[in-house]
Amino acid sequence: MSELLKELNMDEALRDPDTAHLVIERNRVVSSHWVQGLEVKTEEIENGVEVSVRVREGTVITKPVHFCFGVTHKRALQRIVMHVHVERGAKIAVLSHCMFPKAEDITHVMEADITLDEGASYVYREKHIHSPDGGIEVYPRATITLGKRARFATEFELIQGRVGKIDIDYAVTCGEESTMEMMTKISGRGDDDIKIRETGYLVGERARGVLTSRVAVREHATAEVYSKLVATAPYARGHVDCHEIVQDQGVATAVPVVEVKHPKAHVTHEAAIGSVDTKQLETLMARGLSEEEAVEFIIQGLLS
Amino acid sequence: MKILSLKQVNLSLNGRKILQNLSMDFWKGRVHAVVGPNGAGKSTLAATVMGLEGYRKVRGEILFEGESITNMGIEERAKRGITLAWQEPARFEGLTVETFIRASAREKSDAEIQRVLQVVGLNPDEYRNRAVDRTLSGGERKKIELASILAMRPKLVLLDEPDSGIDVASLENIFEAIRVLRKDGTTVVLITHSLAVLAQAEHAFLICDGTLIEEGPMEQIRPYFEDKCIPCNHKNIPEIEGEEHGDE
Repeated sequence: MSELLKELNMDEALRDPDTAHLVIERNRVVSSHWVQGLEVKTEEIENGVEVSVRVREGTVITKPVHFCFGVTHKRALQRIVMHVHVERGAKIAVLSHCMFPKAEDITHVMEADITLDEGASYVYREKHIHSPDGGIEVYPRATITLGKRARFATEFELIQGRVGKIDIDYAVTCGEESTMEMMTKISGRGDDDIKIRETGYLVGERARGVLTSRVAVREHATAEVYSKLVATAPYARGHVDCHEIVQDQGVATAVPVVEVKHPKAHVTHEAAIGSVDTKQLETLMARGLSEEEAVEFIIQGLLS
Repeated sequence: MKILSLKQVNLSLNGRKILQNLSMDFWKGRVHAVVGPNGAGKSTLAATVMGLEGYRKVRGEILFEGESITNMGIEERAKRGITLAWQEPARFEGLTVETFIRASAREKSDAEIQRVLQVVGLNPDEYRNRAVDRTLSGGERKKIELASILAMRPKLVLLDEPDSGIDVASLENIFEAIRVLRKDGTTVVLITHSLAVLAQAEHAFLICDGTLIEEGPMEQIRPYFEDKCIPCNHKNIPEIEGEEHGDE
């Protein structure tokens, strides 16, 4: 695990007394460190760890908190149960690394409930690093509730190693004047199986929400992206943006659903699925890149 | 010394002849212009020389440095030193200006990225980390494409309508890039119907209806183009039922 943390340049963050961190390997807390205003309780459970995070009212955690969840074995089930409560006016940003570098038969389940009180802010960036052979199933589940003027932003990235199977299911309820931004970037190949279900409920007046997904499928990989925004309050604004690139025998589906239940709400969507754009490809090839290099370059750009 | 020769080149698109018996010689290190009215076949000529998809079923022969490239794909032509700047450059979501330029740069140093951006009049500090996407104007993307070509240092570049989308104040940046390319020994082919761009060339070809009408020093071609072609309404846009068509 320490080798992996070094590779991620996380070892330095772990030594910094001003940077909070939590490292979990399978069902064991390997290392943790907290800063003032951030209260974390962990409990090792049968196949994982239950984590309760509380950011006290008005606390602004200046340095990003590092989470690292991983399994260094080839076969295992890891279940992370996460309860997050960011109190009124508190702010926290989390960089989360999920590492399964030797996976052959691993299941990783994340079950999170997240509550942001009035004026709170929670930025969560999750990066997955998988083995080059797949052999992993990932089930991230989250239910998020945003209070008045709260801000929630998340970015999920899985572009290193094989996806295996991933089934994301997030639902966010946005209160008055709150903002929610969710971005998912996944690159699949082989027989990878990608499912993304993201739903935003804009229930508060002037609530804002954006669901963005960027997915590439190559070889025989499949992707299904279901993005839904429901606006039920006046002046609620939302946008769904899905872009998928399909190469080889890959198959991609995008189902953007926008539902507006108030005449003063407004939600838009755009979805694009297809091969790599011909002009982009030809431009790069005209600069001397091979077709394979150009495709890779375009996909990396889309997922960057 | 000839670098590019077209010998009796014919190309039909959608059943209509677009290029007809074109024979042209381009000379190493010179700035050539291909002029003609809208629909004359200028952009088709550029796409044919670059070997773009849909423009390869050519009758006749295209020679580059004495070697036939008629049946080669884009990549092979680019590796031999040919490149093309599109009239409307592509957008690349997620790619920064620096990454885009570096991809084609012969010398991949920071100093080179800085140099080429400065040539086209863009502040490197302001632009290198911006994405080559819809947040840039058409003119900015045009300059960035030109910067990537400067970094590539090709033997021959086809610049399709290099002034399109460029404001008057920025036009001099485009002309400066052309001068730098020439100084680096690159043969420049300007595809244009603009008199200002034509004036940058030493030698020009005038084409209409996909046919070569005249060629010679720029000073000789310019008056004919200005007096006869610009006022002319003649178009050669392929007509297909139910489809709209662009320039060429």
